[in-house]
Amino acid sequence: MIDEQTIEPAVSDGGDSSAPALEKGRSFWRRPNVLTGLIGGAVGYAIGHWLGNAIASSYQEVVGNGENNFALTLGYLIATLGWLGGLGILNYPLAKIIGLRPEPKYDEDRRLSRYFRYNLDHKVVGLQYLSAMLVYFFVAGLFALAVRSELLSPTRHLLSPETYVAVVGEHGTMMMMMMTSAILGPFGNYLVPLMIGSRRMAFPRLEALSFWITPAAFVVLVSGLIVGGFPTGWTGYAPLAIQAKQGQDAYLVAFGLMGTSMVLAGFNIVATMVNYRAPGMTYSRVPLFVWAMTITSMLMVLAAPVLVAATYMSLMDRTVQTALFDVNHGGSSYLWQNLYWFFGHPEVYILALPGFGIALELLPVFARKPAFAYKTAVAGMVGVGVLSFFVWQHHLFDSGINPDMRPVVMFTTELISIPTGIIYLVAIGTMWRAKLRITVPMLFILGGLFNFLLGGISGVFLSDVPADGVAHGSFFVMAHFHYTIMGGYIFFFIAGIYYWVPKMLGRRLSDRIGKWHFWLMFIAFNSTFLPLFAVGQLGMPRRVFQYAQALQGLNVWVSISAFALGLSLLVFVYNLLKSLIIDDKKPIEENPWQSRGLEWMTPTPPPVDNFRTVPLVVSGPYEYGTGAGPMAVFSATSATVAEGAETR
Amino acid sequence: MARGGDENKKHLTRIALIWMVLAVILTPMVYFVWGPHMPPGNMADNAEGQRFDNTVLATVATPVVLFIWVYFGYALVNFRRTAGDDTDGPPIKGHARFQAVWVGLTTFIVLSLFVFGTYELVAPKGAGTGSGASPIWTPAGYTDDQAKSTLFQVQVIGQQWRWTFRYPQYSGVQTTELVIPTGVPIQFNVTSLDVIHSFWAYQLGVKADANPGVNNISFVTVSRTGNFDIRCDELCGPLHGAMFSTGKAVSMGDFNVWMAAQLDKYAKVIPLLPPYATTYLPQVDGGYYDPSQDPLPPDATLPSTPAAPAAASPSPSS
Repeated sequence: MIDEQTIEPAVSDGGDSSAPALEKGRSFWRRPNVLTGLIGGAVGYAIGHWLGNAIASSYQEVVGNGENNFALTLGYLIATLGWLGGLGILNYPLAKIIGLRPEPKYDEDRRLSRYFRYNLDHKVVGLQYLSAMLVYFFVAGLFALAVRSELLSPTRHLLSPETYVAVVGEHGTMMMMMMTSAILGPFGNYLVPLMIGSRRMAFPRLEALSFWITPAAFVVLVSGLIVGGFPTGWTGYAPLAIQAKQGQDAYLVAFGLMGTSMVLAGFNIVATMVNYRAPGMTYSRVPLFVWAMTITSMLMVLAAPVLVAATYMSLMDRTVQTALFDVNHGGSSYLWQNLYWFFGHPEVYILALPGFGIALELLPVFARKPAFAYKTAVAGMVGVGVLSFFVWQHHLFDSGINPDMRPVVMFTTELISIPTGIIYLVAIGTMWRAKLRITVPMLFILGGLFNFLLGGISGVFLSDVPADGVAHGSFFVMAHFHYTIMGGYIFFFIAGIYYWVPKMLGRRLSDRIGKWHFWLMFIAFNSTFLPLFAVGQLGMPRRVFQYAQALQGLNVWVSISAFALGLSLLVFVYNLLKSLIIDDKKPIEENPWQSRGLEWMTPTPPPVDNFRTVPLVVSGPYEYGTGAGPMAVFSATSATVAEGAETR
Repeated sequence: MARGGDENKKHLTRIALIWMVLAVILTPMVYFVWGPHMPPGNMADNAEGQRFDNTVLATVATPVVLFIWVYFGYALVNFRRTAGDDTDGPPIKGHARFQAVWVGLTTFIVLSLFVFGTYELVAPKGAGTGSGASPIWTPAGYTDDQAKSTLFQVQVIGQQWRWTFRYPQYSGVQTTELVIPTGVPIQFNVTSLDVIHSFWAYQLGVKADANPGVNNISFVTVSRTGNFDIRCDELCGPLHGAMFSTGKAVSMGDFNVWMAAQLDKYAKVIPLLPPYATTYLPQVDGGYYDPSQDPLPPDATLPSTPAAPAAASPSPSS
């Protein structure tokens, strides 16, 4: 046995004696950064738009609405290329292509400006993701408040029908498309290497690229409003998408870009998890959060390409007059629905699984007990991931396609509640006779489990075809997936922020404000979405601006609660600003939650190489109360000892 | 660990007791008290079927939700750390029997729900949901050949942003108002002229997507007279929210009176309508044709004026 070495002390990495001499390089302004990226994007857009008009000026006559979708689409695409080029992302691959041998440069700049540049450090990318995701989330939330304002009255009163449907579409698309990476982007990228004891990611360039695509997708999506918005909601159903105005191009390009980003991010995490585990980090010691990230990444890699293909096909229909989805010319309106939901249903598990990962990762820490049924938990998450590919046709229960398939899809859909139930089994077992520490992250975990339970149970109503006959396409569905995604995923996401920001930034968010935030958000959330189950069952379809007079009372209640929910998020913003920027920057304890996790065994914030020596993992991450020593030992010789350990 | 075993037993008994008391009280209440008031009412056979499904699912869900709530509540009260206690909890890494029971129970519930749902879908002939162009679970009197079907037929045509209705057994007259008789099985043939809509007759428990070029069939037998709400349930463009109307279920006698009035009112329009077909696809010149006639016979003459109420040419730019 290896002696219990002292954990690597929290020495700041200021010395960096072993690292090669750093090349500080030119100043921020003279290197590619966000601003050169913006310039590249603007130039790219101009080129693309001009090119589109030059090539396809006659298409607008075919379409007959005076809008050149081809030019706009090409503008968006080349603008994205220009943005990436301006950021310097293309330098390395282009140099490779023309036969140069570019030196891979490890930018070890520790200045703040590194966050505004293309940077290959997974911790920088993680924080870039975190701040960007919060921005996307709040913008999309503002759209939701606009929707709720309109629904204060049963008739149209605030927004025009075109604006209303465009706002609904922007809210839905931004939430469902940008938020796919809300946990995987920040926490997956930041923590997976730390948690498995790796010094880096497998594909840092893909990782950084996956992030820098998201701002482009976001800007393209929002710019859809300028050209008229898109009327299809986040689902982009096809015959409507073909007749829609130019905003639809924005939707399709943005979704396609985001799909690309998902594939890149997914490949990177799968490869890292498989190949970059520290010695001794066997598959049965991999933290549950890393398992969740890996399975999510696999779903992304397998599902997102179908989305990219579908958006490409729809763009072809809109720009160069193919008729893949156009029924009048031999296409099929079912084709889009099938392709879209083949991606779309795994996608909702892309949203659910990372949340489970955070919940299962944090519960043992705050219960002070080992994770209950670790292997069953992993099997449950794998089961959710596999089954998620076989359920998509429940979105087409009423569509008339394959009526005889419906019992089968009903079966697979209901089957998925078994592995989902396992998550609750693990939570129950972990809390059994525990010594629960009710901290702010734990509150969000418990709140998220409470909400997700209602979301999951309401899902059973939707899987039952006759009961779905009422609920399908109504506000019931809307309440259902807000309970799983907003109530589950976003609650777990916020738990992750409260839990890991001390690791990432060395500052702890205020507990007092955090508790206010939790209770306000928890109550407002349930007050907002619980009545919507009833509203849907009483006959109100989704995405309408007119509804039965009798439902106004409930809708006004919901709208007011939604504003309270917005307020609770303002409390969160206040907490972030106050605790991270305004307050005294007093150093916090190294491991404020007394977690066993490997990510807490490096200095805070972690040095560029994460671990000064390769950790040797000697026990599992959840050995609370078993008397096991620290999860890993660090020693000068651990690399050599590791070789012996690996062969076990 | 005798002490641990006693602890387990104590907590288990308490949780089981609280849960059982609540479940025994609340589960029957959900079924017997709430159940009869669940949506979407009892105006038609499908609505009753959907209400029954809602009731059964809510009844099954009640003890499950209660168990989790009771457990979480109990854990929050009893499994808290006491102030100043920094030690860890008991290192329980799993419990094979509990895991097996849990997975076995959820599997049993899920399989039962699947059998129940399938029966409830097949027995009432599709339960009011859209069952495609050639449904496989059909009421007596249905044939794939609509001309021979003895069911009462209504064609529902969705377009941006209104519903129109054709009655093939009444000279194919087309109306903007849906009136149906009670007591007879009705076959809705749902289709669309432009984008995907969804025909939702809430109180009847009927929901069928209206796809362009597709005939989506749904059956219902209405048992009570009265009005019912018709809404579009699939986002179909900016005025999706305004695409609703009210239908009427009346006795057969009243229906015949109403239909005679319609036939009289639209006598001059009926000949101008495109011939009745299960689907209509727009032509470039604004007319409609039956895809089963495609390619068109050389001497086919399409109606020259698309002046029929529902036959307004779809405007691709709107």
